[in-house]
Amino acid sequence: MRPFLIALWLLIMPQVVQATTDVYPFESASEQERFRELISELRCPKCQNQNIADSDAPIAKDMRDEVYRMMQDGATDQQVTDALVSRFGEFVLYKPDFNQRTALLWATPLLAVLGGLLVVVGLVIRARQQGGAEPPLSEEERRRAEQLLRDRDGGV
Amino acid sequence: MMRRVLMFIPVLLAVALGIVLFAGIGKDPTQLESALIGKPVPVFSLADLQDPDRVHHDDVFQGEVSLLNVWGTWCPSCRDEHDDLVWLARDEGVRIVGLNYKDNRDLALEWLDKLGNPYALSLYDPQGRLGFDLGVYGAPETYVIDADGIVRYRHVGVITPRVWQETLRPVVDQYAKEG
Repeated sequence: MRPFLIALWLLIMPQVVQATTDVYPFESASEQERFRELISELRCPKCQNQNIADSDAPIAKDMRDEVYRMMQDGATDQQVTDALVSRFGEFVLYKPDFNQRTALLWATPLLAVLGGLLVVVGLVIRARQQGGAEPPLSEEERRRAEQLLRDRDGGV
Repeated sequence: MMRRVLMFIPVLLAVALGIVLFAGIGKDPTQLESALIGKPVPVFSLADLQDPDRVHHDDVFQGEVSLLNVWGTWCPSCRDEHDDLVWLARDEGVRIVGLNYKDNRDLALEWLDKLGNPYALSLYDPQGRLGFDLGVYGAPETYVIDADGIVRYRHVGVITPRVWQETLRPVVDQYAKEG
């Protein structure tokens, strides 16, 4: 009896899980995928470190509903995000648009890498210069060095 | 000489980082500026809370600077600020429009009956449609709306006499003068 029940449970379980995630029915898998991508790129204004796909906040559900409704009406991704930005501000975009205000934000990683490269290049150039430009020992210094080496060998 | 200058770069970077981080201290990241500042109140038609047959439109904000207070009986912080709203309306003479948000009409009426009604007008928005268009993400929220129906300021969180004096009143006074 028990193996049968377990088998039955395993059979039913995936459908149950499916049922909870599949609140928004789509006609095609690609639309479903588009919806999933859209809601994962929009940020919940209430629970600020979650996207609206993961957030349980009522406002996140309202936003998912709106994304779904607009998609059913044939809106493009840009129209959907614009509609939410016009209500909740640029804050809701995990990928902010590139404009004057966000230019520095987008450029920072590039600037950091370039800065690091400059430092490395500078260090390498300097090391090379110093290696090659070391002046040879003068006559006086050579004599002292020989003296020191001789003293050491003799001392041991 | 060049090396001397280079030596100061880490110091400068540290100071710049310090300034940036210091500017962030004391800022509440959960208070977002409304995307509607400088824009008209969204178009709406919502039933009156007390009188279901009466329908209000966005022109209720024309003619006088008003506060738009978003509240619900399910919201504990709204209970906190309610007495101060009553005080604002009665003693300071502020026109407050109430937006009863995602709530139940009977519970809302009972609440106003028991605690006093500070609202010149109450909009009933059980589905949160106007709330959504306003970008409400957590009650209580209070908007300053000028006499032309333009959103001028949003305060997220409880209203206290201090918030009124220091934050909302200057905005209200400024637009009351212009109008």
